[in-house]
Amino acid sequence: MRLLIIEDDREAAAYLVKAFREAGHAVDHAGDGLDGYALAREGDYDVLIVDRMLPKLDGLSLVRSLREQEIATPVLILSALGQVDDRVKGLRAGGDDYLPKPYAFSELLARTEVLARRRTAATGQSEATAYRVGDLELDRLSHRVTRAGREIVLQPREFRLLEYLMRHAGQVVTRTMLLEHVWDYHFDPQTNVIDVHVSRLRAKIDRGFEHPMIHTVRGAGYVIRADEPLLP
Amino acid sequence: MTPSAASPPPDGLIARLGKIFRTTAFKLSLAYLVLFAVLASLGLGYVAWNARRVLDDQILSTIDAEINGLSEQYTAGGLRRLIAVVERRAKEPGASLYLVTTPAGEHIVGNVSRLPADILARSGQYESYYGRGSDADRSEHRAIMRVFNLAGGFRLVVGRDTEERDRLRAAIGNTFGSSLALVVLLGVLGGWFVASRVLKRVDDMTETTRTIMAGDLDGRLRVGGAGDELDRLAQNLNLMLERIGELMRGMREVSDNIAHDLKTPLTRLRNRADEALRTAETPEALRTAMEGVIEDSDGLIRVFNALLTIARLEAGNAPESVSRFDAGAVAREVAELYEPLAEDRGLSLTVDIEPDLILDGNRELVGQAIANLLDNAIKYGARSDASGPQEITVSAVRADGVVRLRVADRGPGIPEAERERVLDRFVRLDAARTRPGFGLGLSLVAAVSRLHGGSLELADNAPGLAVTLSLPAGAA
Repeated sequence: MRLLIIEDDREAAAYLVKAFREAGHAVDHAGDGLDGYALAREGDYDVLIVDRMLPKLDGLSLVRSLREQEIATPVLILSALGQVDDRVKGLRAGGDDYLPKPYAFSELLARTEVLARRRTAATGQSEATAYRVGDLELDRLSHRVTRAGREIVLQPREFRLLEYLMRHAGQVVTRTMLLEHVWDYHFDPQTNVIDVHVSRLRAKIDRGFEHPMIHTVRGAGYVIRADEPLLP
Repeated sequence: MTPSAASPPPDGLIARLGKIFRTTAFKLSLAYLVLFAVLASLGLGYVAWNARRVLDDQILSTIDAEINGLSEQYTAGGLRRLIAVVERRAKEPGASLYLVTTPAGEHIVGNVSRLPADILARSGQYESYYGRGSDADRSEHRAIMRVFNLAGGFRLVVGRDTEERDRLRAAIGNTFGSSLALVVLLGVLGGWFVASRVLKRVDDMTETTRTIMAGDLDGRLRVGGAGDELDRLAQNLNLMLERIGELMRGMREVSDNIAHDLKTPLTRLRNRADEALRTAETPEALRTAMEGVIEDSDGLIRVFNALLTIARLEAGNAPESVSRFDAGAVAREVAELYEPLAEDRGLSLTVDIEPDLILDGNRELVGQAIANLLDNAIKYGARSDASGPQEITVSAVRADGVVRLRVADRGPGIPEAERERVLDRFVRLDAARTRPGFGLGLSLVAAVSRLHGGSLELADNAPGLAVTLSLPAGAA
């Protein structure tokens, strides 16, 4: 995917550019709000990563300006403040996702990839009513889950967890993302609660099958895949 | 003018005076002084004016009495008789004046030797100077006199010397002046005294605060014990200093704790990376080591986030994202989030929640608080000797406009003496040292409760610990 990183801290920007390039993405960088705005308007980017505190044009104003110009490129806002409120402000300004500093790069990468996917998934199309990953199928209307034709009974929360994983099949989703989208909370759960939920789901989905589908990506999160991972 | 070196101008005094003139106390005393002086002059002036009037009335009534006597004589015995009486009376010592003149103004009889010429021209009442007795006595006197035309153009002047009156008048005037001067002087002195006294106290306060600002944070302002405004101000400033001191101590403690508690994971992180560099032979081993490093950093990031959150809440930044939500639903959701974890630890999680526990607040923070309480209950609520029921209860009720969220476990509990202490940052009771965690959980809950204007209570669950977070319910 093509990314634009608008970040004034040179070191942080260099690190991000390098890390995203290593992850196989094309990255541009702007060092202040005005340059960022100009690039974002002209360039065709999949995701914009915008720091909240920028010289010349502050990050939230930048996002608002873009939205007024009807530029709908997904925006992920980075903030040094990390307040619950900042998230609200950032999303109100037209941001699509929000990550407080300090963050783990894996978290940023996962969220950026999800945002990019959201953009490429034919815009404006309503969400699918059913997902299929390998021989695993989930029907959102009948709330049924089958693997290789065999029905799997899930608790409502487990169903939502699986639904989120399958909607982002092949993409790493972090524990925080799961907590946000499946439970609708943005706090730090202190312990590995999400892991316990995922392992229960995994027990139901993968038990008795030769190939596990839900994979743990160490230091990052989880990914659901039909096939064995190919180590890069 | 160049000041000589020998006698430098009293700059200090001038500066001091200037300062006093600028003080509130001085301005106040000046205002009082002016008011007082005006009132005093009004009072004294009235007295003086009245006294003068009485004196004038007295003179006039004496003159009238004389005239009445003389006019009786004149009516009875004509001009001749009048002259005789005047002659006799004029010889008597006293302040009374008599004069009879020809139509041309020539002296016939009387004790007045000279008069201003125009006085005799018309009858009426005059106040003027006059000459007395022998020509040798050239001194001028003043008198009030009445002039009458008699038959045949003769003139009669009856008057009274005003010397006595003028002396009294002068005395009254002097009294008036000196009284006023005394009043002003007393006012000035009193004002000066008050001003300089107050000023000195304020100066002392300023001086003390300056030394405190310079770093003597244990310094306090003197409280005189008079209980006046300045004392109250000093007391409040002292309370403020106490609070600042507390905050400073808190800050120092926090930074010490941060330094101490973050040093361990940081050191571990460094060692892990270091060891990986030295010993990892295969890419897989390096990879595992690096993943460990990342996990450690994530832990550190989480501590920092928790610290930032607590610091922000304690700074009292009321979050904008205040919404109306059902605290019971939040408690249920969070309990459901932790339920599998509790089960894995062999704890049963019982949920007892009333419907519609509506709150106005920050849903995320309340959720975080309940999560922290549950997390603690799961971590510390399990007994190694499974003697009693291994259960955690999450309950939420509304009572008296307060929503009470309660998380209770059957663990070892917390001794009463330590219940206050665990709310502090980074405090981890010895029993918990061996478990993962940073000792920020309860202080965050406490901060959340303070932010919402609620309260936090740790109690004995006999056995175990029951933590109740009480938050004011939203208006129904």
